Amino acid sequence: MKRINLKRSLSLLLLLCFTAVANAQEGVKQAGGLMRSNGRSYVVIAVMLTILAGLILYLVRLDRKIGKMEKEN
Amino acid sequence: MTDAKNYMYKSWWKITGVVLLVFTFSWGLLVKVPDLPALEETSRNLFFHVAMWMCMMTLFTISVVNSIRYLRSFNLKYDIYARQFASTGILFGILGYSTGAIWMSYTWADPNNPAFQSFQALAREPKLIGAAIALLIYFAYMVLRDSINDMDKRARVSAVYNIFAYAMLFPTIWIIPRLLPSLHPGQQGNPALNFKDVTPALRLVELPAFIGWTLLGVWITTVRIRINLLKEKKLAQ
Repeated sequence: MKRINLKRSLSLLLLLCFTAVANAQEGVKQAGGLMRSNGRSYVVIAVMLTILAGLILYLVRLDRKIGKMEKEN
Repeated sequence: MTDAKNYMYKSWWKITGVVLLVFTFSWGLLVKVPDLPALEETSRNLFFHVAMWMCMMTLFTISVVNSIRYLRSFNLKYDIYARQFASTGILFGILGYSTGAIWMSYTWADPNNPAFQSFQALAREPKLIGAAIALLIYFAYMVLRDSINDMDKRARVSAVYNIFAYAMLFPTIWIIPRLLPSLHPGQQGNPALNFKDVTPALRLVELPAFIGWTLLGVWITTVRIRINLLKEKKLAQ
């Protein structure tokens, strides 16, 4: 299996952040944007998903690192 | 080293767990919950607080199975499995306990709630005491293990103790709290698994949440097991 490039995945994450900011600025013009609807609860969902993504990425990297150590032994 | 048949090195179930958790975190907050007094939107904690306990029970069950496997074979590998599953189980137990404390502060012990209960009354809550005892028994498992230096003796004593600890889960968290009057839901029958307690819409998130969290717990444990297996191998060299 091909290893996912860390640099590439990090830059993808950064790109996603930019799109989120872009969406937020768009929302200033039109108050009915998705992130601002429903008492802005989508913001909380975005935060929670980001935390989840961070934790999972950490776990994936740990898993990979140990996999590498196992191969070396 | 890498055993092709061993589930620890497979990734399909890890991906399944992550997908289920993403579903839990997104749809779990969007799904319409029944508007119950005092509870209101906090019903969504079903996917988080209750899932912690489900995960803990599953991990403790896997742990005791591995203890029995150790006693049948005296293969130290199973001792490592049992220990790591128990410690991740404790982690999820602590998370369940602390999330429960937060939830309780804004429902049972909320002064705005007509059925307000003081913290003094809450301290007598049988579910809380039972869960605390169960967790303390597992803390003692860790203390007992680490106090024995001889490897085989440690594995044997702690495997037997683990079976006792698991047996104590039954009265402390499943039987006694259900015999005593309590504020905690699930007095009659199984909390969370009872079909009358949960609407179908909630159940659609609940079951994936339970499975997703459990798979995450198992994943964390397998990483820890693999580190310990490596350590053992280094020691043997």
